[in-house]
Amino acid sequence: MDFLTIIQILDSSLRLATPLLFACLAGLFSERSGIVDIGLEGKMLAAAFLAGAVAYWTGNIWLGLVAGIAGSLFISLLHGIASITLKGDQLISGVALNFLAAGLTVVIGQSWFGLGGRTPSITGGARFQSIDLPFAEALADVPVLGPIYSELISGHTILVYVALLAVPISWFVLYRTRFGLRLRAVGENPSAVDTAGISVVKLRFAAIVIAGVLCGLAGTYLASLAAGFVKDMTAGRGYIALAALIFAKWRPWYALIACMLFGFLEAVGNRYQSIQLGDFTIPVQFMQALPYILTVIILAGFIGKAIPPRASAQPYIKER
Amino acid sequence: MSKMPKWADVALIPFLNVMIAFALSGLLIYATGKDPFVAIKTMIEGSFGSTGGIGYTLYYTTNFIFTGLAVSVAYQAGLFNIGGEGQAMLGGLGVALVCLAIDWPHWMIALPAAMIGGALFGAAWAFIPAYLQAKRGSHIVITTIMFNYIAAALLGYLLTKVLKVRGKMAAETASFPDGAHLPTFHDMLAPFGIAFNPNSPANVSFILALLCVVFYWLLIWRTRLGFEIRSYGESETAAIYAGISPAKITIIAMLISGALCGLMAINNVMGEAERLIDNAVEGAGFIGIAVALMGRNHPIGIVLAALLFGFLYQGAAELSFWESIPRELIFAIQGIMILLIGAYDNMVRAPLERMFVALAKEKEE
Repeated sequence: MDFLTIIQILDSSLRLATPLLFACLAGLFSERSGIVDIGLEGKMLAAAFLAGAVAYWTGNIWLGLVAGIAGSLFISLLHGIASITLKGDQLISGVALNFLAAGLTVVIGQSWFGLGGRTPSITGGARFQSIDLPFAEALADVPVLGPIYSELISGHTILVYVALLAVPISWFVLYRTRFGLRLRAVGENPSAVDTAGISVVKLRFAAIVIAGVLCGLAGTYLASLAAGFVKDMTAGRGYIALAALIFAKWRPWYALIACMLFGFLEAVGNRYQSIQLGDFTIPVQFMQALPYILTVIILAGFIGKAIPPRASAQPYIKER
Repeated sequence: MSKMPKWADVALIPFLNVMIAFALSGLLIYATGKDPFVAIKTMIEGSFGSTGGIGYTLYYTTNFIFTGLAVSVAYQAGLFNIGGEGQAMLGGLGVALVCLAIDWPHWMIALPAAMIGGALFGAAWAFIPAYLQAKRGSHIVITTIMFNYIAAALLGYLLTKVLKVRGKMAAETASFPDGAHLPTFHDMLAPFGIAFNPNSPANVSFILALLCVVFYWLLIWRTRLGFEIRSYGESETAAIYAGISPAKITIIAMLISGALCGLMAINNVMGEAERLIDNAVEGAGFIGIAVALMGRNHPIGIVLAALLFGFLYQGAAELSFWESIPRELIFAIQGIMILLIGAYDNMVRAPLERMFVALAKEKEE
């Protein structure tokens, strides 16, 4: 395996990690506020569909992005009403919303475009274009660092950089602002937050909205990358993001590492049908299953303990 | 302080939820430019209008009874088993391995052996999440989701690399021997002079599913173990105080749940496909969640809910054929129903409760 191949694999790892990262951070905000979010998959799917449809009609991916976020927010709010207002079961709500999104996108897509649930493919301004960072061309010939800069770091679409930026921003919001402190507190001990005179409902809805926006970015990114919506195009990425979130033990920087790792596994799996290690062949299916296997191992507590926020999945009932 | 009569809880609320779900689905069909009344007529005719349709409806119903019971057993112990999909996949593997192992002389001999294979593999796949929940405190919802994906990858590998017939393109096992052929409704009803469509997949597994319903009822309400499962599901602290071991109940309930999912493979793998194909479960593991919720974890409720979803599944197939409404409509309806019953329950329940409380007060005065 030569240097350029490694760069190419890392390049596609970054591409594949981006939607995971958005979704993972979405889950991070939601779960830190005490709302378990199994519905990441459904939100991404709804966003990808609406983004694909609107980008096709208008030829403008930015309008697609707005539509994608709106679609994701719609699912998000359904989850919020179920888990916060009606104090329903958050796990069941998430599962249900994933089905709802999987069904609605295809049924509506068929009625709009008649292509069996696909949107027509989008081209040009209807997709995000790759951005060449300054001097990428000029530095390409510099040994080692040149290809790393021009191939790996430069030449991605805007959302890849937004996703990377979202990590320090999420960290800052969660750990260095009053809002973040309250958000983390409401996921651990909502009655204490309530006693301090801060609205649990408002905080949790704020987290739900942030999660909706981030999943909207994830879905739009997928639609742009694949040049349109295809049914079930998220293909379990919402669950991988959930796995990454547990892997990261609900912390932003570790979320970046986990998503990069899972993106890398997917990239390697896409490139090689099987990997030879001496006499032993690792099948591609093992690479596909590895994120889930790793997460189970983490959950089992064999490598440190993954403890979710204490109040997660519990509706807050104010005392009377 | 529920002042609602029992019939309202077990019948009225599910009924209202189904009606709201149907109304919303009708609106969806209307919004996509089709006539919802034509759609419902197509669905009913397609699923109950002929023995072929009935055969398919009951075939799906059989699947959903197994997975519905599986989710319910776990739910009685307070556990949410989302892993039915993976457990049913592994059950399919167990059934396929048994059926392919020898040239079975007769289905009566092959069936019990295949049942053991399916139940064992399904239970084994549920065991790891159960053990991790019981001993390591890993949340069973997350681990069972992960195990669904691991199961899909495992079966994908086995079907493309290990079990595939040499020289064939399709990722599937060889066909089972004739001696493993389960009697279909056509075979079973012919001696009585009843003509049943020979091409419909409903088979003797339907009776097996009904036997499992009886088993479930006996287990949960007529045995000591069932009492322990229910007590633990009701209140963990009370159960511990009564000397019930949480780890034991968690693992046993999940083993039974996984075994029931594994038994589903008798219907779809042994009864219908007669070989193991990729994605044989077709989401039935997830439908089990809706069936258990809607059936209120009660045997009769589960059968009725499974029949409803059997109708919806077969009806949706007809809709996609005649009305070009995609089959994925079923996902939307399923989503709406799970959402209404499992998460938006208070939306229907709270006003009803208020109504019944007001009625009760009026009577007193």
